[in-house]
Amino acid sequence: MGLTATQKIVARHCGRDAVAIGETVTVKVDLAMSNDMTSPLAVKQFRSAGAKKVFDPDKICIVAGRHMPFRDEAFGSAVGLVGEWCRDQGIKNFYANTEGMDHALVPDLGFIRPGMLVCNADSHTCTYGALGAWGLPMGSTDMAYIYAFGETWVRVPETIRVRYTGKPAKYVTSKDYVLATERALTVDGARYKTIEFCGPALDALSVDERFTISNMGIEMGAKTSFMAPDQKVRDYLATRTKVPYEAVYSDEDAEFERSVDIDVSKLEPVVAKPHSPDNVVPVSELKNIRVNQVCIGTCTNGRLIDLQQALEVLRGRKVAAGVRLIVTPATNIIMREAEKLGLIEEFRALGATINPPGCGPCAGWHQGVLAEGEVCVATHNRNFPGRMGSPKALVYLSSPYVAAATAVAGVIASPAEVLS
Amino acid sequence: MIMKGGTHIVGDHIDTDQIIPARYLGSLDPKVLAEGCFYNLIPQFATMVTPGDILVGGENLGCGSSREHAPIAIKSAGIACVVARSFSRIFYRSAINIGLPAIVCPAAVDFARQGAEMTVDFDKGVVESGGKSAAFAPFGPSILAIIAAGGLVPFMSQRLARESATA
Repeated sequence: MGLTATQKIVARHCGRDAVAIGETVTVKVDLAMSNDMTSPLAVKQFRSAGAKKVFDPDKICIVAGRHMPFRDEAFGSAVGLVGEWCRDQGIKNFYANTEGMDHALVPDLGFIRPGMLVCNADSHTCTYGALGAWGLPMGSTDMAYIYAFGETWVRVPETIRVRYTGKPAKYVTSKDYVLATERALTVDGARYKTIEFCGPALDALSVDERFTISNMGIEMGAKTSFMAPDQKVRDYLATRTKVPYEAVYSDEDAEFERSVDIDVSKLEPVVAKPHSPDNVVPVSELKNIRVNQVCIGTCTNGRLIDLQQALEVLRGRKVAAGVRLIVTPATNIIMREAEKLGLIEEFRALGATINPPGCGPCAGWHQGVLAEGEVCVATHNRNFPGRMGSPKALVYLSSPYVAAATAVAGVIASPAEVLS
Repeated sequence: MIMKGGTHIVGDHIDTDQIIPARYLGSLDPKVLAEGCFYNLIPQFATMVTPGDILVGGENLGCGSSREHAPIAIKSAGIACVVARSFSRIFYRSAINIGLPAIVCPAAVDFARQGAEMTVDFDKGVVESGGKSAAFAPFGPSILAIIAAGGLVPFMSQRLARESATA
């Protein structure tokens, strides 16, 4: 019996040739991370335990500017203390200004490479699977332990294989692929497991489009997402890092718990209705649902291609009266590229609000929190009750195309409808 | 170790946004987190808890965001132990790490009644309530070592002490 990529990555990080599925082992961590929400507790726990020095300051990266500019004194102070701790520990990779949010930033900085094992105190760490890395989400206390010792325990998970085939219709994007997968696997169908995405329709996507899919593994309960790195990944990395890497691949005869095939040629643009990411229906089923706000951004869909796709629909049209359009590029790198291409100016001319790079209103923290009874279409990854503010607000998840079409129509709409 | 307390029941797929909304995340003060615990789902939850009570959840308890404020909020509200059909993995690890035992026991969720007394016997691996009982699978050695130390922070302290003694 061959091995899954997951088994190979875990084996490599515990100094063995092979590990069995279900086994619990201690693994070395290549990169340890936390953010503005989760670092303050990680640092507090590190200190409470009496730890003095981190295991390796060069293997730690703290992206604490997800919610910059900080909204209140307590939050600003907490991030300030994390910054001091990084200085004391010699951690150079501390980003708490305008850099943006980690899941889009660290791949772009070349910090994520195939075969790596990355732990980050954030649930969407599974995003790094698009580069053939093992991104493992953790809590803050787990990270405190990793900051001290550079290792953690893991149970070797089963792998579910999701295979995308077929050629998509126009306006069907990787967001529709992953929402269709949510519907198939449900919100906990991959709990404790790796989802390995593959297939010709995945190969046809750009690396940035693949991040949208790997990002939402956690919304199916997965421990992490994985994609076999191909030439597109090698090209992506060539311009971003000189550090050598060794990719891993699942063997032909590896043990997969199950395989799910999704023919993307049969998909039309979809949305996840409130209040769960797996509550997915074709957008054409939704009629006369008025919206107050449309959000484009986040670690799921806050990259350049997402802004471009939204503008494909918005260009030459108007945002419907009464709709707030909020655009949040995930990082400053993306913001600057979008500015150079004139995209930000186009959004501004449409009356959009441009948030600083980061998470924007996704977690209901700031910059677009919803009031009771409001309806929002967002390119985000979660719509649990109260996620973006009031528990009586309704959040629908979609691709940038559907979000843009909705902004124009003022009601939830498919791009084809708006463009015809 | 035996825990005994009143039962508080929540449903399936209760995510960490529902356990503690983001607006409470600016604080690590247990009092503030207790106040925000289940804020949108069960207002005033903490005032209904007698310290030592047990929270019973359905499937996939603690899914969503990795915020450790969620198990801390539950513990700060006075809950001593969480029993569920299943847990999201980040929540499960974090709960154990902060000294809030998390027990997978679907049969106990079936017989749990709101307000009834529930007993969790960790040595026997049994949950009991209303004259019914159910066994739960023993913890693995990695988790057991953390529970035995009283959480991951004391576990870390012990390892640091061992390593400085041998250094």
